[in-house]
Amino acid sequence: APVATDLVEDLVKPYPVKVKRKRAKHITVNDPDEIPPIEANVRSTPGIITTRGCCYAGCKGVVLGPITDVIHIVHGPIGCSYYAWMTRRNQADVPESEQDFLKYCFSTDMTTNEIVFGGEKKLAQAVREAYEIFHPKAIDIFSTCPVGLIGDDVHAVAREARKELKIPVFAFSCEGYKGVSQSAGHHIANNGLFKNVVGTEELPAEAKTNPFRVNMLGEYNIGGDAFEIERLLNACGIQLVATFSGNAQLAELAHSQDANLNLIQCHRSINYMATMMETKYGIPWLKVNFIGAEATAKTLRKIARYFGDDELTARVEIVIAEELAKVEPVRQAVRARVEGRPVMLFVGGSRSHHYQSLFRDMGMPVVTAGYEFAHRDDYEGYQVASTIKVDADSRNIEELTVEADPEHYRARKSPEELERLKASVDIADYKGMMPEMAKGAMVVDDISHHELEQLIETYHPALVCSGIKDKYVVEKMGIPCKQLHNYDYGGPYAGFRGAVNFYQEIDRMVNSPVWGFIPTPWEKQSA
Amino acid sequence: MLSQTPTKVSQRSALRINPAKTCQPIGAMYAASGIHNCLPYSHGSQGCCSYHRSHLTRHFKEPFMAATSSFTEGASVFGGQPNLLQGLRTAFAAYDPDVIAVNTTCLSETIGDDIPQIIGEAESSGIIPEGKFVIHANTPSYDGSHVTGFSNMCVSMVKYFATRIEDSSEASAPQLNIVPGFVDPADMREIRRLAESVGFTVTMFPDTAGVLDAPQTGSFQMYPDGGVTVDELRNLGRGVKTLALGPFASAEAALQLDKIAGVPHEVLDLPVGIAATDRFIGALNALGAAIPDEITTQRGQLVDLMCDVQQHFYNKKVAIFGDPDHVLSLTEFCRDLGMIPVHILTGTPGKAFGRKATEILGDKADQTNIEGEQDLFLLHQLIKNQPVDLLVGTSYGKYIARAEDIPFVRFGWPILDRFGHALIPSLGYAGAIQLISKMSDALLDRRDRDSTEWQFELVL
Repeated sequence: APVATDLVEDLVKPYPVKVKRKRAKHITVNDPDEIPPIEANVRSTPGIITTRGCCYAGCKGVVLGPITDVIHIVHGPIGCSYYAWMTRRNQADVPESEQDFLKYCFSTDMTTNEIVFGGEKKLAQAVREAYEIFHPKAIDIFSTCPVGLIGDDVHAVAREARKELKIPVFAFSCEGYKGVSQSAGHHIANNGLFKNVVGTEELPAEAKTNPFRVNMLGEYNIGGDAFEIERLLNACGIQLVATFSGNAQLAELAHSQDANLNLIQCHRSINYMATMMETKYGIPWLKVNFIGAEATAKTLRKIARYFGDDELTARVEIVIAEELAKVEPVRQAVRARVEGRPVMLFVGGSRSHHYQSLFRDMGMPVVTAGYEFAHRDDYEGYQVASTIKVDADSRNIEELTVEADPEHYRARKSPEELERLKASVDIADYKGMMPEMAKGAMVVDDISHHELEQLIETYHPALVCSGIKDKYVVEKMGIPCKQLHNYDYGGPYAGFRGAVNFYQEIDRMVNSPVWGFIPTPWEKQSA
Repeated sequence: MLSQTPTKVSQRSALRINPAKTCQPIGAMYAASGIHNCLPYSHGSQGCCSYHRSHLTRHFKEPFMAATSSFTEGASVFGGQPNLLQGLRTAFAAYDPDVIAVNTTCLSETIGDDIPQIIGEAESSGIIPEGKFVIHANTPSYDGSHVTGFSNMCVSMVKYFATRIEDSSEASAPQLNIVPGFVDPADMREIRRLAESVGFTVTMFPDTAGVLDAPQTGSFQMYPDGGVTVDELRNLGRGVKTLALGPFASAEAALQLDKIAGVPHEVLDLPVGIAATDRFIGALNALGAAIPDEITTQRGQLVDLMCDVQQHFYNKKVAIFGDPDHVLSLTEFCRDLGMIPVHILTGTPGKAFGRKATEILGDKADQTNIEGEQDLFLLHQLIKNQPVDLLVGTSYGKYIARAEDIPFVRFGWPILDRFGHALIPSLGYAGAIQLISKMSDALLDRRDRDSTEWQFELVL
């Protein structure tokens, strides 16, 4: 293994002096016993080739886009809407009686005329046309870069449309330049959903008989992950009220305040919602991980402990036993073929952590990992959250002031019960990625192309996990690259069935015959 | 599939649904990648750059490298000069390109960043290393489409590098400049092959062959071997002529080169299909080059195929959508195959589309829905009202094809859900053969699927 501190030097070597200094703070050598601080959630260096996207992508592309029965109108030139059109694989199985707009792309397709004279009229007209053609339950509006600059008041347009059309119409000021990454968009989306949707409907009485009612927060059903999670919850007798926001319809989110526990899969994108719902409605939250067989079993047990019901606990154990019996033979077979081979993980804001459990299952060490846009708490753990200073680039992202709802607040557990539970269930806590990583592993935030290339040369990994922009870069080096955003069009990878899919997929990639053809026979001969 | 789309067409003046275009910068990015040792660079917030790279990668299944100014809110208000200067400094230091090709986005265009002034600042403060270049194209996303962006970056290549050159004594064979249009690397190879086989030295700009179809060698090359070189761009003035293939994508650059360097130009249709390829070869012939037998033979093979297959195409109704240069030439080819183009549609603005389509379809033009600056939602509605036997267009067409159960052929850009297309030409006679093969496969697969058992034939 390389000497890690020298490696930091090496990684920043070609940069101009100031960039060197800045980037070095984003690269750290892990020590799970004494977590070193890492710089995160600050602006990317211009010209460095970041993989990050923008606030709009985080808001529309990630959080709101998956909601199937709302018309999402993007106010801007055509690109923003076009590129977020079916490119994230948030699947949905919509009943035929319900509307499904997932395969549609709606835009005001701004032209020079609107840039010069303002786009509010065109936006209002677009909302009207969307209503007349489709009669949707709701319409939401997303601002893009130029909208904030020319001063279009999208919220005023939404207010007017709401009056005129008598359906919910709400807007998001998620201009691409806000914050420093997709992360700002998550926050803006959370705020908008919380203000405009959550708590606007009541869960019907007949749906309130099961006390084990949960919401899945931060689960976008990529490749059918949420379907697998729902299958497992059903098998255990746990009622899923709403998923934010994979395979979601607006009504589910609207009555999600009637759940008794919030489960957070993607901490980064949805933790705001969890804490706001806790304050306003009294719903505790639990960080879970449905990625990996062991992790899924642990998650189900945590949920059972939270509810503290013997029957539920027994059912959960039966489900785990049945499922693990199917997983184990595949895991063993694959493990024998991949064990000990190093892996690198660079994904958005949560998967770089979650997938480490799957690689542990297979005995593949994670030598380096990092996020595009996570914050320090996702790296180091929830305890640092309160110490993080919001810098100038993110200061304008609104923080909602939330108070207990005088009518609807209902403490799900007494303070004493919660305190007692905390000994065995980490309620309202997230440990972060670094405590789970090996001592000496490299952690790199907002990795640049240069740093990625250098790390690959250093570690010679058997596999790199990243996204579409990196995939073919890595594969040109003769190393398979697993896309952990879109799963290379496979999946699900969540839950027990997902674990089996993933083991088999990694086995296929790492041991594929194709890599053997890269050196030509005549090169092999002369070597 | 797409079950919310009503059959009734209603007037829309503001809402765009399922566009048949995207925005300018991605076209400029693609064009810039056709310069050797060039790093495309997006002056805007980083989301654009990320989206463009992802999208190009999904089409080519290749790395697409590009840098961005990563605007923050502060830069968006006070201007992006510091970002661009820092971006250039960092990109040259870390990635050592010969050329950085800057394009803009709706953000930097709306705030009015003066790119030439900033590049001047970079020059005078020593940010641009000796022998390296920074070029730029203004590519406001709220004007035109990705095709416009491609065209704008081609124009910039001319503006930054071309000069008038009187002495052409160095050339061993006459130099022909070709602007190939927004087409795949394989198409650029095919165009070059044709022009070289009649005896020209070809300067093609941009040229993504070798860049976006680079071989697997086990080592990543940030700047692959292909691309037009700066030296070639500086010598564009030596050309005896510039051929612009596809008026929407290429005409402006050829015109600009004519103005700056005095190289006469001719705008041709994108050589898709037989007639447009004939005109391209004809233009080469008109420059005094003899047409070699291999080209004549290949054309003969194509005509032979057209005769063999005509019964399967005759009077078949087809809908075609995509970029205007592609759609127009394919419409002509479908006409020549005896098909009836019922709907043709592009998302790119420009009155020339309707004019040109009417000219191609002649007295049958009024039987065709010719839709310029329109979208796939309308196309779907039109198809519901007037069904077709075949749909040809980009990957986005697969949803309409599934909803209406129409045989579907992928053609144009982007193709996101199939492999190998960027390695196989759809231009020239070879490309026409390829297109016939794909279109007749689609029609005959459908006939096989739908025929009764007693009509299910071995030989067709």
